Amino acid sequence: MSATSATAHAHVEPAGHHELGFVRTYMFSTDHKMIARQFLFLGLSMMIIGGLLALVVRWELAWPETPVPGLGMILTETGGILEPSQYNMAFTMHATIMIFFVIMPILAGAFGNFCIPLMIGARDMAFPFLNMLSFWVAAVAGVLMLAGFFVPGGHAAAGWTSYAPLSAVPEYTGTNWGQNLWCISLFVLGISSMMGAINYITTIINMRAPGMKLFRMPLVVWSLFITAILLLLALPVLTSGVAMLLFDRTLGTSWFKPSGGGEPLLWQHLFWYFGHPEVYILILPAMGIASEILPVFCRKPIFGYHAMAFSMIAIAFLSWVVYGHHMFVSGMNPALGMAFTVTTMIIAVPSAIKTFNWLGTLWGARIQFTVPMLNALAFVSMFVIGGLSGIFMASTPVDIYIQDTYFIVAHIHYVVFGGSIFGAFAAIYYWFPKMFGRMTNTVLGHLHFWPTFVFFNLTFFPMHIIGVGGQMRRIYNPMQYEFLQHQQHWNVFITMSALALGLGQIPFVINFFWSLFAGKKAPLNPWNANTLEWTAASPPPHLNWGPTLPTVYRGPYEYSSPESRDDWLPQTAPPVTAAGARRH
Amino acid sequence: MTQGLLEAPPKRGPVTDRPNGPVGPPPPPTGGGDGPDREPSPRRPVLDNIQLAVLFLIGGEVMFFAALIAALFVTRLGQPLWPPPHQPRLPVGVTGVNTLVLLASSVMMARAVGALARGEESRLVKRLAATAGLGALFLLVQGYEWARLIGFGLTVSAGTYGATFYTLIGAHAAHVFGALVWLSVTLVLASHGRFAHGRTAPVKACAMFWHFVVGLWPILYVAVYLL
Repeated sequence: MSATSATAHAHVEPAGHHELGFVRTYMFSTDHKMIARQFLFLGLSMMIIGGLLALVVRWELAWPETPVPGLGMILTETGGILEPSQYNMAFTMHATIMIFFVIMPILAGAFGNFCIPLMIGARDMAFPFLNMLSFWVAAVAGVLMLAGFFVPGGHAAAGWTSYAPLSAVPEYTGTNWGQNLWCISLFVLGISSMMGAINYITTIINMRAPGMKLFRMPLVVWSLFITAILLLLALPVLTSGVAMLLFDRTLGTSWFKPSGGGEPLLWQHLFWYFGHPEVYILILPAMGIASEILPVFCRKPIFGYHAMAFSMIAIAFLSWVVYGHHMFVSGMNPALGMAFTVTTMIIAVPSAIKTFNWLGTLWGARIQFTVPMLNALAFVSMFVIGGLSGIFMASTPVDIYIQDTYFIVAHIHYVVFGGSIFGAFAAIYYWFPKMFGRMTNTVLGHLHFWPTFVFFNLTFFPMHIIGVGGQMRRIYNPMQYEFLQHQQHWNVFITMSALALGLGQIPFVINFFWSLFAGKKAPLNPWNANTLEWTAASPPPHLNWGPTLPTVYRGPYEYSSPESRDDWLPQTAPPVTAAGARRH
Repeated sequence: MTQGLLEAPPKRGPVTDRPNGPVGPPPPPTGGGDGPDREPSPRRPVLDNIQLAVLFLIGGEVMFFAALIAALFVTRLGQPLWPPPHQPRLPVGVTGVNTLVLLASSVMMARAVGALARGEESRLVKRLAATAGLGALFLLVQGYEWARLIGFGLTVSAGTYGATFYTLIGAHAAHVFGALVWLSVTLVLASHGRFAHGRTAPVKACAMFWHFVVGLWPILYVAVYLL
């Protein structure tokens, strides 16, 4: 306690006074920027595992029951042919890893940690030690999750939603400790998220620089603030749910087992009560990132700053009352389903406000098509597609037909890959110069963006078609159904596109590591952006700024303002008096 | 010279060829979230960082227990009889007295914070110790009753009655234990005079969490034991 508050206000020394060893600098660092980098590396390395699992799933769907290349070394007894139980494990863990250990660590963990103190003008988080703890607890959760691959019976195989009683009785999926470790890992991750969320909220409320009013905060900070509140209130519900599931599996309780008097539907309620806010936890930071990057490369103020902030608040409130749309076929009262349809349609309104504001920002601008901008534009356009297909399935008559088909799979990937992952790529390219002090390579950036964008669409758009054609999600072999055989060529096409999409990430890996060590040294403000992080050195030293903190005089998006000779006006620029001279 | 939204900004990249100096008075604030033009002042937070953090921690904990209580009600609504027949009854009387013990600890905690506000350090330490003692007594009685119930055959796997009881009450007991550890640390720090010079926030934060844990108990007592 005492250590944390001492760093927060008391004596603040200029940077460079702390000579720390390797362990304190790179492993158990309390510096928010180092913790951000740790979360980034955690997320990116887990993304490789999650991506490979996705390719295994795709191979099985395109060429069912044939040996998966490269898997013969691991699955020696079948020569690389995936068994149904292993297929279940692959898609379960693909989703679990991508959601909990890729998108959340990168967007909320890495960019939350990096952006919040730097963009509100704080020297560090409110509780630096708690911050470090939250990373290492998340790392333990990651290790527990990966350990599940090596236990007898394999990893959890009940889907990332782990519907009971399938997940509650070990005999049903044949996995014992895999599913237990899944529960324990998410429980531990819930604790880590609580620590992180409390830290973010406290920092944003209490630690803003002089003049940084709430409505002068950059929209990415607004989005992370709201994300943190959702994390704080949603994750405990999952935490209690997985605890009950674990008790059902290990202690013999029957919360979710009808045989002992339990109620399987209770799991769905608890899971989706967490699960729907979770969707917005995944997308809100990406929305903030796009709102940050669009004005910079349009050289225009964001269209409707207040509308952007309030629509995010509205999304956060509404996200609590829409969760039933995941359960339309669970046998709920049709009147209740109707209510959830209506709330879900209403949540499209703030999302549409945001979309139109992005379009308003782009309108008439002379856009600079840099690599971060391209990724941000991909976010906006793909989010529109994913959002629109969401409106289809909000209405029960459509949803009951497409429930649990590839249409749903297409929708979630348009939102979570097309939305969150493009947002994450945009953020990585945009803040890389500040985070690591070096520029990324533009040619490699284009070589990464264009294949990703094209093959993303070629992979996921046809899933709408086969979904409406009736292909259900989570099936091992679509060829065993006669009515699906005529569209098997789509599965082959999707898998080839997915393989190309995977290969398209190689330039990113090369670019990331090459730029990390050999990239051009980044100037202070390579994008001529207004927000505070660009006033700190690249990379910012410990405690971010020298002896004095920046003072904020204006909003974050005053581009092409007639007040300035340049087309940008930093938040730290003092207002101009009528006499024409700057104060100070 | 204010730019319309439909006009393109004049030039890409930093513009250097504009006339030096500003053009007329500053324009009214546009979409940038700008407020009235005044000199920014340093922030004076209403609540100290740690108190604010505990407030939000309580928010998260409320959701955690709300999920558990909701699960309890869903479970018992699925049962024809509650409590189920042939199951030991919960010790309502002893636990009722124990509830008073826990509530007394909260009163004692409030008095400790009062002593802190008046700067009476020795009273602060004594009252914190009394709070911790009452909390520990509560946990001991709970543990004794648990042991008796298990002896009577109410186990966690004996049916939904035992499962709901042990999960909810166990979750609360874990929180009392955690709060007790925190309180003990605060007590040790207080006895070393660490809160002597107006640094009251850590004690107040600890008190907030203690009051939360105590305030949660009557709700659980009614939901689990009485209803």
